[in-house]
Amino acid sequence: MVAAKRCRTVARVQCGHGVAMSGVPAHGYSADEYNFQEGELMNPVTSSVAPRLALRGISKRYASVIANDRVDLTVAGGEIHALLGENGAGKSTLMKIVYGVTQPDAGTIEWEGTAVNIRSPAQARRLGIGMVFQHFSIFETLTVAENIALALTERLPAATLAARIEEVSRRYGLPVDPNRLTHSMSVGERQRVEIVRCLLQSPRLLIMDEPTSVLTPQAVRVLFQTLRRLAGEGVSILYISHKLDEIRELCDVATILRNGRVSGTAIPREHSNTSLARMMVGAELKECTLEPRPPGPIRLELTNLSQATEDPFGTELQDINLRVCSGEIIGIAGVSGNGQKELLAAISGERLCAQRGALRLCGQDVARLDPAQRRILGLRFVPEERLGRGAVPGMSLADNCVLTGATAGLVQNGLVRGRAARAFARATIAEFAVKCDSELAPADSLSGGNLQKFIVGREIRLLPEVMLVAQPTWGVDVGASQLIRQALIDLRNAGVAVLVISEDLDELFQICDRLAVLARGRLSAAVPTAGLAVETVGVWMTGEFQGAGLAEQPADGVAAPPSAAGAEMAHADT
Amino acid sequence: MPTLKRYRWPLRLERRQKPSTAMRIWCSPLAALAMLATGLLVFGALGKDPLAAFRVFFVEPLSSVYGVGELLLKATPLMLCALGLAISYRANVWNIGAEGQLTLGAITGGGVGLLYGNALGHWAQAAVLVCGVLGGMAWAAIPAVLRTRFRTSEIFVSLMLVYIAQLLLSYLVHGPWRDPAGQNFPQSQPLADNVLLPALLDGTRVNVGFILALLLAALSWWFGNTTAAGYRMRVGGLAPAAAAYAGISEQRNIWLALMISGGMAGLAGVCEVAGPIGMLQPIVSPGYGFAAIIVAFLGRLHPLGVVLASLLMSALYLGGESAQMELQLPASVSGLFQGALLFYLLAAELFIGYRLRRVHRAPVTPGAPPAVTPRAAAGGQSA
Repeated sequence: MVAAKRCRTVARVQCGHGVAMSGVPAHGYSADEYNFQEGELMNPVTSSVAPRLALRGISKRYASVIANDRVDLTVAGGEIHALLGENGAGKSTLMKIVYGVTQPDAGTIEWEGTAVNIRSPAQARRLGIGMVFQHFSIFETLTVAENIALALTERLPAATLAARIEEVSRRYGLPVDPNRLTHSMSVGERQRVEIVRCLLQSPRLLIMDEPTSVLTPQAVRVLFQTLRRLAGEGVSILYISHKLDEIRELCDVATILRNGRVSGTAIPREHSNTSLARMMVGAELKECTLEPRPPGPIRLELTNLSQATEDPFGTELQDINLRVCSGEIIGIAGVSGNGQKELLAAISGERLCAQRGALRLCGQDVARLDPAQRRILGLRFVPEERLGRGAVPGMSLADNCVLTGATAGLVQNGLVRGRAARAFARATIAEFAVKCDSELAPADSLSGGNLQKFIVGREIRLLPEVMLVAQPTWGVDVGASQLIRQALIDLRNAGVAVLVISEDLDELFQICDRLAVLARGRLSAAVPTAGLAVETVGVWMTGEFQGAGLAEQPADGVAAPPSAAGAEMAHADT
Repeated sequence: MPTLKRYRWPLRLERRQKPSTAMRIWCSPLAALAMLATGLLVFGALGKDPLAAFRVFFVEPLSSVYGVGELLLKATPLMLCALGLAISYRANVWNIGAEGQLTLGAITGGGVGLLYGNALGHWAQAAVLVCGVLGGMAWAAIPAVLRTRFRTSEIFVSLMLVYIAQLLLSYLVHGPWRDPAGQNFPQSQPLADNVLLPALLDGTRVNVGFILALLLAALSWWFGNTTAAGYRMRVGGLAPAAAAYAGISEQRNIWLALMISGGMAGLAGVCEVAGPIGMLQPIVSPGYGFAAIIVAFLGRLHPLGVVLASLLMSALYLGGESAQMELQLPASVSGLFQGALLFYLLAAELFIGYRLRRVHRAPVTPGAPPAVTPRAAAGGQSA
């Protein structure tokens, strides 16, 4: 089989050096297989001997930290290789070195048996290395097609490019509209653009940094099929993820990094999640548990909330009904771009709501109140974008506490209480184990996971009545994720109403009492997670929950008191 | 396969890991030095002895008490305008029309002094100053209304209003407010003595406006660093999405920014009219409001920086005048220095976030020339 494959490759090479590239199907394989005609090229001589990529003794030191310390990594042709490690373990630095963004201080890189110096991403792409970044490099003012054209080395006519984008996106189940402007896209949709952009370049090594965090379970399956097919075609894949289940399902080999060093290699199929996590963290992980608990009075109530969108590519919210009670966690699943942004803006108050009474917080109509006024009533909010929204990049952590800390007395008589803010920041840093220089460190000097811990910590320490959290652990390492999830559960146990909007289904199943799905701007009923099948949620994510009922009734009967009584209780509560 | 030799520029701009603190501090002094060097070159090219020209430009104007007084006098409107602009720019509100707000401050303050000066008695100076501030605010309110109600760009509106304000002043001094005894010159009657701001020191013309400017510099530092309003404006400028998240009103920030910068520009205008000029005339400012934009950036939008930068800019004005008189250089030499200063400043600011890196000639790697090698090898093998 392998030999046959190699022969084909060779045949195709000949073909490539001739003229008739379009005559490929004549060689006897389907058009489906023919999509990576350049990417899957293997050197028939070296591939059997030399690995696709070999890193030897790579070290990289930044001013104060050693990001990589004598790291060895070998990726064979057609292998799906997992790179596991906590945030700050040095995965990103290592990948930046492979992709030519930075240069190592010591060590060698061998590409298909030849020592190379990768000095720029452009050079890496020419070698055949593609990368899907966790933080996207997308120009917001450009369309999808324009963004992709920027990264391509060849110049294509716009129509051809659009057609190719559509073809690749259809083939891999990653729907994107080539003519759409990217600024209005959600995180999930942007990631799709990144993946499609990479696939268009027909890479021979594809680096994927947490690619599945924003996909539906079905789409993950499609992506895995895609990745396996790519691997089958000889493309090597370096797969960075924190999701141990996924790695065990997909990857052939895993290299585990801890504190910049390789702490082990493993064949993930032969390990349990616990043993992989132990290698990664260096210690045993606690599982969070959700003790059943009767919900209290209604704290957040959305009644027939409909809202047109100002953004031409936004999603219109239609007839949203939801009740979140004290002492329960409700999760909203769904692929981003289905109204998540709009729903968050409506609840947080960043976009005011025209319908009186559609939105009640602790029994009070808040439709016309701005975010600061809603905060006074007890709403706390952790947004999806940490830097630039949840925190101001250039400001210190202490100053970032003032952002939402008015209710904690950090602002008094129109003056900022600098000392109180610093004390508040210090306490948050200590309580949530935020790694930073001090409370005076600028927010953008923290890693994503640490900043998220800080923002979640800040909001929790501001004593919420209702806690709204978007993507609580997106791109956050296992240890920190665990801490954040446990903190949310603790909030619930303390009687706070918690609403989590996330694309990570595993997480939602782990921490939520009830689960609803947002699809195409409509919200399904919130049903208890116990006994709910992942597949059902997957179907709902495509918008097919008519049968399950849009209204709250079925769920309410089980989990929440009837609305009128709830409202009364809420009034009594305030 | 012979490789084509392509010339590669040996230096490349590379983003720094962290913005450089050293460059942040040194970029303004560096820009000033580069401007001086350029100035010397220009003097040389014009056939003047550079060192003598340098002395005429920078040393002679400041070698007397009167000269130092003039330095502070001219620094006053620059400082006032630039302090307001710095606050505004930090909030991401781009008021370009300080010159117009200054002119309107001169009209309202000067007008009140002209029409009611005698009636106001002891309160005349204070009343005139307050009216100047209000005039500047009123003029800045126009871009504020248009921006908050109709999302108009405050940059264009405030800039256009400069010319309207200047024409309004011109109309007033050519028409209704012209001095009947002024031999048809387009100027108003001189302001009454009780309106005029007295000189701080005998033999100079510097007045209480300079003290006010220094006080306002301290006040604006306090405003930006300790008040909640100043904090909200900084957040609005640094991260508009974070401001929206925290419920900070963008409209309030815009109004505040324009009222502060407009009011301070208005104060600058009335200090000129009730100070060194002493009457209304068609032109009350040699472009202080525009130069203040450069001053604000040269001072890195920090009050202390603005105080120092306004002194430097004032020295340029004085040097320009002195160069006109003694070296017969054109008046535009001041403009040239201002332009060079802004140019170098913007260039130097780039190096806060970026640095130049030498790129060595890449050793031969399969990647450097487009990756033909492996494919060619494969082709060769199969053929």
